[in-house]
Amino acid sequence: MKLVGQTIELLKKEIILEWRSKYAFNGILLYIVSTVFVCYISFNLNPGFKESQGYPIVWNILFWIIMLFASVNAIAKSFLQESKARLLYYYSIAHPQAIILSKTIYNTLLMSLLSVLALLVYKLFFPNPVGDEVFYFVAVLFGAMSFSTVFTMISAIASKAGNNGTLMAILSFPVIIPVILLLVRVSKAAMDGIDRSLSFGNIGVLLAINIIVIASSLILFPYLWRD
Amino acid sequence: MKFIYQTWWKVLAVVMIFYTLVAGFLLGVPRLEILHETIRNTYFHVPMWIAMFTVFTISVIYSIKYLQTGKEEYDLIAVEAANTGIFFFVLGLITGMLWARYTWGEYWSNDPKQNSAAIAFLLYCAYLVLRNSIDEEQKRAKISAIYNIFAFPVMIVLIMVLPRMTDSLHPGNGGNPAFGKLDMDNRMRVVLYPAFIAWALMAVWIATIRYRIRLIEYKKNAIN
Repeated sequence: MKLVGQTIELLKKEIILEWRSKYAFNGILLYIVSTVFVCYISFNLNPGFKESQGYPIVWNILFWIIMLFASVNAIAKSFLQESKARLLYYYSIAHPQAIILSKTIYNTLLMSLLSVLALLVYKLFFPNPVGDEVFYFVAVLFGAMSFSTVFTMISAIASKAGNNGTLMAILSFPVIIPVILLLVRVSKAAMDGIDRSLSFGNIGVLLAINIIVIASSLILFPYLWRD
Repeated sequence: MKFIYQTWWKVLAVVMIFYTLVAGFLLGVPRLEILHETIRNTYFHVPMWIAMFTVFTISVIYSIKYLQTGKEEYDLIAVEAANTGIFFFVLGLITGMLWARYTWGEYWSNDPKQNSAAIAFLLYCAYLVLRNSIDEEQKRAKISAIYNIFAFPVMIVLIMVLPRMTDSLHPGNGGNPAFGKLDMDNRMRVVLYPAFIAWALMAVWIATIRYRIRLIEYKKNAIN
């Protein structure tokens, strides 16, 4: 398959470029760590916060909100950093579907790695007993994948329309809210150690949203790139 | 395209809407706890959403057609259908909120169905903002067509799928009986189904008038 070969080559290129500069990775990691630290300091200004009743709920939701903003910032760059001439060069040597697919896979890998690191840092500052550690971890990986698929397509649209941050937020938040709701629900169930089979319905919907988004970006991107 | 210039379906829409207005308030309805006479809201609330889905579907079809052919008229149809859809979206929200006030107790009671609908509303507002952010006509048409096609399945998931998975108070969601199962009888069906068709036709009519105005403006501004 030509498409698969091109996708793998472009993916390799993305990873090598990132490996050489390590800009996106370090930048977002620093962003996450400083956000977590700001939250840590601010919440600890209130004595008795960790013993309070709402702590587990805040713990779960705060993590997802930090991840949401970190991934918007990480993925908004994916089309911004490419110069116009370089994009034109890609389109002349590769199929547009290979380009969007490689970007999506690359962002998924990057966000998965970052989410795992973020979870470790977060748990260091905000200790909280999680009932089903493995399932929570799986939920975080699902979250990273869903954020990447949605934001990659939206950043492609936003980059064509003047590339401002406002537009990225306006376009992506209505799409990401259902994803966030499902993720909070699944991860809360994992935190409380509820039987895994009860969350399969929510994970099914999450996967269905991902498939819809990937399918529509594969269909629509070839129309989008041409100016 | 001849269809939009014909008269018979517009007359049909008006006659049927008057029929549902009169019959909706005069015909008998089942006596049910809590609902009582508010069940008549079904005749006005649900058809708003049917009308909205109709014009949004037309909008997506013409967005797809625009991407295939690049004809400017198709973009005008898509945007005017979306505008009309947003209008009916607001009407659907308002009629739902009025009903919720008298059965659930609050205009907005943080119900999953209401929240999902509000998010879907933001989705289509984002479509209009996206259109305004691009100056170049063809680029605007293309990018907003792409976002429109992208937004439609998300809207369906938001309104039709997600509320069904949680404890919504809305009829038909969260294990509540939908209309047509327990709380509906044939007296209601003879009003409700014509109302679906009538309001859908009304929405299409509004969209076509807006489209025709836009088309005249577009032709007037075109460079000859």
